[in-house]
Amino acid sequence: MDVPPIDKEISEELDLRINKYLRGGAVNLKGLEDKKLRGQLAHRENLFGKSAKAAAKYEKWLMPSEGGYLEADGPVEKTWRIKQEDIGRAVDISSARNQHDVILPEFGPYTMDFTSSGQHMAVAGRKGHLAVVDVKNLAVRKEFQVRETVRDVVFLHHQLFFAAAQKKYTYIYRPEGVEVHCLKEHGAVLRLQYLKNHFLLASINNYGQLHYEDVSMGAMVNNIRTGLGRTDVMRVNPYNGVVALGHSGGTVTMWKPTSSAPLVKMLCHHGPVSALAFHPSGHLMATAGKDKKIKLWDLRKFEVLQTFPGHAKTLDFSQKGLLACGTSSFVQILSDLSESRNYSKYMAHSMVKGYQINNVLFRPYEDVLGIGHSMGWSSILIPGSGEPNFDSWVANPFETNKQRGEKEVHLLLDKLPPETIMLDPSKIGTVKPARKREKPTKKEREAEMEATLEDVKSNITLKKKTKGRNKPSKRAKKKEVIVSKAKRSLLEQMHEEPLSRKKQKISEEVALPKSLQRFAHKKAPT
Amino acid sequence: MKVKVISRSTDEFTRERSKDLQRVFRNYDPNLRPQEKAVEYVRALNSAKLDKIFARPFLGAMDGHMDAVSCMAKNPNHLRGIFSGSMDGDIRLWDIASRRTVCQFLGHRGAVRGLTASTDGRILVSCGTDCTVRLWNVPIATLKESDDSSNNSVKPLDVYVWKNAFWAVDHQWDGGYFATAGAQVDIWNQNRSQPVRSFEWGSDTVISVRFNPGEPNLLATSGSDRSITLYDLRMSSPTRKLIMQTKTNSISWNPMEPMNFTAANEDCNCYSYDARKLDEARMVHKDHVSAVMDIDYSPTGREFVTGSYDRTVRIFQYNGGHSREIYHTQRMQRVFCVKFSCDASYLISGSDDTNLRLWKAKASEQLGVLLPREKKKHEYNEALKNRYKHLPEVKRILRHRHLPLPIYKAAALRRTMIDAARKKDERRKAHSAPGSISTHPLRKKRIIKEVE
Repeated sequence: MDVPPIDKEISEELDLRINKYLRGGAVNLKGLEDKKLRGQLAHRENLFGKSAKAAAKYEKWLMPSEGGYLEADGPVEKTWRIKQEDIGRAVDISSARNQHDVILPEFGPYTMDFTSSGQHMAVAGRKGHLAVVDVKNLAVRKEFQVRETVRDVVFLHHQLFFAAAQKKYTYIYRPEGVEVHCLKEHGAVLRLQYLKNHFLLASINNYGQLHYEDVSMGAMVNNIRTGLGRTDVMRVNPYNGVVALGHSGGTVTMWKPTSSAPLVKMLCHHGPVSALAFHPSGHLMATAGKDKKIKLWDLRKFEVLQTFPGHAKTLDFSQKGLLACGTSSFVQILSDLSESRNYSKYMAHSMVKGYQINNVLFRPYEDVLGIGHSMGWSSILIPGSGEPNFDSWVANPFETNKQRGEKEVHLLLDKLPPETIMLDPSKIGTVKPARKREKPTKKEREAEMEATLEDVKSNITLKKKTKGRNKPSKRAKKKEVIVSKAKRSLLEQMHEEPLSRKKQKISEEVALPKSLQRFAHKKAPT
Repeated sequence: MKVKVISRSTDEFTRERSKDLQRVFRNYDPNLRPQEKAVEYVRALNSAKLDKIFARPFLGAMDGHMDAVSCMAKNPNHLRGIFSGSMDGDIRLWDIASRRTVCQFLGHRGAVRGLTASTDGRILVSCGTDCTVRLWNVPIATLKESDDSSNNSVKPLDVYVWKNAFWAVDHQWDGGYFATAGAQVDIWNQNRSQPVRSFEWGSDTVISVRFNPGEPNLLATSGSDRSITLYDLRMSSPTRKLIMQTKTNSISWNPMEPMNFTAANEDCNCYSYDARKLDEARMVHKDHVSAVMDIDYSPTGREFVTGSYDRTVRIFQYNGGHSREIYHTQRMQRVFCVKFSCDASYLISGSDDTNLRLWKAKASEQLGVLLPREKKKHEYNEALKNRYKHLPEVKRILRHRHLPLPIYKAAALRRTMIDAARKKDERRKAHSAPGSISTHPLRKKRIIKEVE
């Protein structure tokens, strides 16, 4: 049958999109013997396929907005030479408002955090300045001075709570400036991270202790001594909730709250790790070291994908996978055009000389990069960095108070226990595969023995002897002897169990002459 | 230079007026929902827990009879009404919604053993140990205005006296005949004072009778000689007979697959048979710990309810070997009769303690009119539970039922007895000549023979 070329094109495009929503391949139904189960699984696969197709169609036809982009005219113009001022002139006024610098020279350097919808920003100056800014309307909600060192700030599940790591303790504030909690157990915290699905606040303090606190209950979930020294490089992998720490020895370790040993310990740099970031899909990690290298890692194979020369004090991945690296007063954006995992230079931005960048962070659902530096904070436009289409039930930039309240309840109902943090979260909800049977059961062994005995019995051939020596009784006796011999050897085989390693070692030792036994552990010289 | 950045105007993404609904935008990208599988699992767990929290199946008792309730009948034409007969000869019509007696049908001198309503719902037929069959007009006017519950009684339309005590009665679907069971099976016409014909096979009492819902001329009976017999009205003699090891107390046909019926047996089990193939049960439904007294299929044909002498009511899937649900209360005594309501959402049980009890068919179902969003949520939760039902935590919660101690103990005892018997059989087989002892599956084991 002839399909019109346009339809064919559409179906091919849909097939590409469907793959994204299928979440892995289908079950192989060929090998299943259980007919009922096979029918059920086939039905379910059919449903999965249908829903993936519906989602792909939705993506193709019904998404309200398209993503941003920045393209150069001709081969001479380079995207990274394009200045922010030029971009600002080319875009509409409301977007151009996202390019701004806030100069606050007294309290810097600044660090910041966005809510998951990108509607609010919390900023913290090192010298005690805390503020909550409504970045959508560019209005300061509240700012106040705590009069001590503030090292980090992070929003909890919505904009009405944020935690600030201060000189001695960590505090939780409401945006009106009311102190709600003082978390003394965490100690002098250097870096904070919040795990949204688990309601966990993770912190690393100046003794290198990693604390997990459940903020919905106010209970300490775990306190892990990393034993790897002081560090302020910490990021959460959004894909699985694993916390990664970068250490001064050049290692990156990954932690979960239910084990006191790291899940992964990888040597990434020959020198201290200075920054760390995760791709939102969770399979890509960027690390920067003092050895003047920025590396991209594949977290499924724990292999380096790409290495770039250069320092980075701070790294961040955007929702669409752009990587921002900030050093001194210079920001560089790398991108993998055509999603080939081959990152190359995309944009660059220089601040006023002398500004020291402390923190870069992409604003979710917007093409905006926030920069916290020694003289305040800035915001620049990075076209193509944000996810253009939000989901109202996941993170809504136009959320009303009522919706926020309702979402809080749902978040609490769906709160994940800390045990669900693991390297491969797709394992949750699966059943343990049946163990492979190594030893035959007793019944099987007996059956086998019987079969061999039968075999022996049927294959007995006796010589025909001279008259008088060939009595039937003697022949029967001889047969019996043969069978019993075979049986004995079989039984011996059956009872002979493989020795455990320890026993084997001992037996080896015993086998040696006594004078040589003391050399038994050592490897023989080759 | 070509450049575009995301720019959203508030007008496009928010509602225009305060009376409008909030606008909702979806993006199904899996990257926006990290750990979705874990979240789904937690939701499944929560919905399983909620199921347990909301499991309040008992709706109320209908009190009024002076003696044990022996039989019940649904009115196929009226959802709210149910008839019940008791051992002292009292017949009542109940309004399920208000749980009150609408009217009484007085006249029987002994226990009422059988009740049935005609398919159009106008005539009620009752029979009892006083050797009479009585036909009653169902008062439709009083059904409508059941609020004024003056216990008005009704006079019988006809009284037919016959030779023997009756044990059961059932009305034909889409026809004018009804069948009574007693010393023999009699087929009656509503207008004749004597049976139009009688069937007899063997000399033992027939204790239950049920017409086939699909083929109006077919009926099944069970007798005290441990038999299940199939009759065809177009033939002069009974067609087939199956003899089991124990007595069958009641029979119910599956209304959606009318060739299948399920028999409630004295040996604590129910046996589903295909009427075309009686040499083997299609399924054995185990779980009761005492004789199963009555059985009734849901109109959906997907499940049935049983009442047992062990004081419990259980719900089984039509293809499930074990019960989905068990209902019991401290006051409910031996259950003699159970019925599924005609909308498949309620159960009614009648027991020795003179009460009728009303139960929900799904223990945690939300009653009343559901909003579309509520309905969707329930469906979502149901799908989640179904998806994760094999995982140990969810399974444990979903399977947990509180049992009265005597039943718990009896079930354990039964289990040990069955295990011991099985072990003994195995040993006997192991120590006898190979092939000399043949084992049958339970589906065949309880069948003694099939007679044509």
